[in-house]
Amino acid sequence: MRFIFKTDYGQDVNLAKHGGHLFWYGLLMVLLIAAPWLFAEYWLAQLTFVLIYSIVGLGLMLLAGFTGLFSIGHAAFLGVGAYTQAVFVNMGAPFPVALLLAGTLSAAVGVIVGLPALRVKGIYLGIATLSFGFIVVEVLARWESVTGGNSGIHVKKPDLFGWKVDSAEGFYFLCLVIAVLATLGILNLLRSPTGRAFVAIRDSEISAQSMGIHLARYKTLSFSISAALAGIGGALYAHKLTFISPDQFDILQSIDLLLMVVIGGLGSVHGAFLGAIFLISMPQLISLTKDYLPTAVGQAPGLQGLVYGAVLIAFVLFEPLGLYGRWLKVRTYLQLFPFYRQGLFKRQKSFTKSDRLK
Amino acid sequence: MQFIQLVIGGISQGCIYGLIALGFVLIYKATETVSFAQGELMMLGAFCGLAAMTFLGFPFWLAIPSTIAAMAVFGVLLERIVIQPQFSIVMLTIGIGYVARGLITMIPGIGTETHALPVPYKDQIFNAGALVLNAEQLVIIGATATLCLLLFAVFRYSKIGIAMQASSQNQLAAYYMGIPVKTLNGVVWGLAAAVAAVAGLLLSPITFVHANMGFIGLKAFPAAVVGGFGSLPGAIVGGLVIGIVESLSGFYLPEGIKDVAAYVVVLIMLMVKPNGLFGERLRKKV
Repeated sequence: MRFIFKTDYGQDVNLAKHGGHLFWYGLLMVLLIAAPWLFAEYWLAQLTFVLIYSIVGLGLMLLAGFTGLFSIGHAAFLGVGAYTQAVFVNMGAPFPVALLLAGTLSAAVGVIVGLPALRVKGIYLGIATLSFGFIVVEVLARWESVTGGNSGIHVKKPDLFGWKVDSAEGFYFLCLVIAVLATLGILNLLRSPTGRAFVAIRDSEISAQSMGIHLARYKTLSFSISAALAGIGGALYAHKLTFISPDQFDILQSIDLLLMVVIGGLGSVHGAFLGAIFLISMPQLISLTKDYLPTAVGQAPGLQGLVYGAVLIAFVLFEPLGLYGRWLKVRTYLQLFPFYRQGLFKRQKSFTKSDRLK
Repeated sequence: MQFIQLVIGGISQGCIYGLIALGFVLIYKATETVSFAQGELMMLGAFCGLAAMTFLGFPFWLAIPSTIAAMAVFGVLLERIVIQPQFSIVMLTIGIGYVARGLITMIPGIGTETHALPVPYKDQIFNAGALVLNAEQLVIIGATATLCLLLFAVFRYSKIGIAMQASSQNQLAAYYMGIPVKTLNGVVWGLAAAVAAVAGLLLSPITFVHANMGFIGLKAFPAAVVGGFGSLPGAIVGGLVIGIVESLSGFYLPEGIKDVAAYVVVLIMLMVKPNGLFGERLRKKV
């Protein structure tokens, strides 16, 4: 059990609360930097995907986990970012410029989607974003002069003002830098007044409003930041795959993203990363276990969907706090041993979540 | 003439949307959550009908009611076993949808194929003046109308229907009045599953039975929203609106608009009238 004796206001603001944080996250950083020399190329590629998805997950976490606005069309922002990047890079724009444009354009689209969010909430918002997602995919498929339509579009290698990133290791480091920057940015945002406002809106819109939080502004802001991160993630995704087509950004991708943050643990920055690790490693685990299952089960095409669904149901039923919640419980159990009690993390029943008048 | 033809096609498609939307609205009214598995329930219903007709060899008139009954029981069980009142039911139903689709796909030799449902009225065509009417479309419209009247009667006159209305208005007050709200929620899930099964059976002569037919449920969301999420007649009307808009835009507007017409309509609806055509305007209190 660790007791932090605070002697300075700065300690409340610091990102690293104590030496343990510094040590473990430092170790993680070292491991991530050393990864290209530790892992084989295949696993490095998976790690790159984890980083890309975590960037997108951070954005969705900000929106769903910290502002309480669910988006069932988040893959659309991913698509906007990916296509912007592809088009501009193919036109010869340097990577950072294209990335900036991808983020900005996604954010702008996010603002447009955020506008109905001011009037509608709950499931209506979900349906608005869902509809928007469908429309974006259709636009990507039909606007053939720019996007190449359903046949997709190839993306050139990133070019950082003359330095061509054409090796897997180079691209991994690029993703790592962007992921770290995004994480630090989100952490900083969350301890700023803006982040507090987001959390206040999540917990109760009406109380937030009475505390003087401008709902419209903050909801739109949350949407645009989230969309920008999704766009940046999408840009990296496009580079990683080197080939994109509209069907990669459909409703299934959106649901995957949602699944990622829910399984990771809504309302925790760690959750975005844990969810991304889950999302990437799950197909690998399934294909590893396939050989040990009877052929009728192992080779069936629906296995992956079945496992995804079952895992999702299990998490919602037994661990609503997600992977990060489970980790917290385990850690607390070890820290408090032998004084951990069953109901320690039981939240009081959240008061009326109703959209309706009671 | 062509216009009327298109409208009739739209209405029959809209009836399907309306029936699925009816399931959403039933569940939403009772439990205030949205079931994303409604499309998959429809798909299961269609497969159940297929199994009853081809493997068990039931005649048509027996297969239909037994399918509906089986799906109703399945809905009640689903509510009992998996759905307990809790925060992220939406995610839960997404999970159920995944599992249902995965399970159906995993059935060897059946799950990945498309099948035709052998119904007696297949490929019959009536000519009324210059109109060409498909028997399938007429059956869909007729069955939907009958089902609506039936549901209306249930909600209006039967004890259980009135109890459902009461509990959807205020669960706590309904509890105090001695209404078994928990049992009713199970019944509502059963009803929603039964309605979905009807939709599946009606749809399958047109689109065939396959594992991904549940995705049509995603187009029923707009229907429910257009009608106002809390209104049963609204769901059907919303479905009809979406169906007709889709059918007309498929003919008069450039290619590609048809697929997104429903979503464009719902976005406009959310901007203009977020509570839908029949929704009530309610303010939340703290």
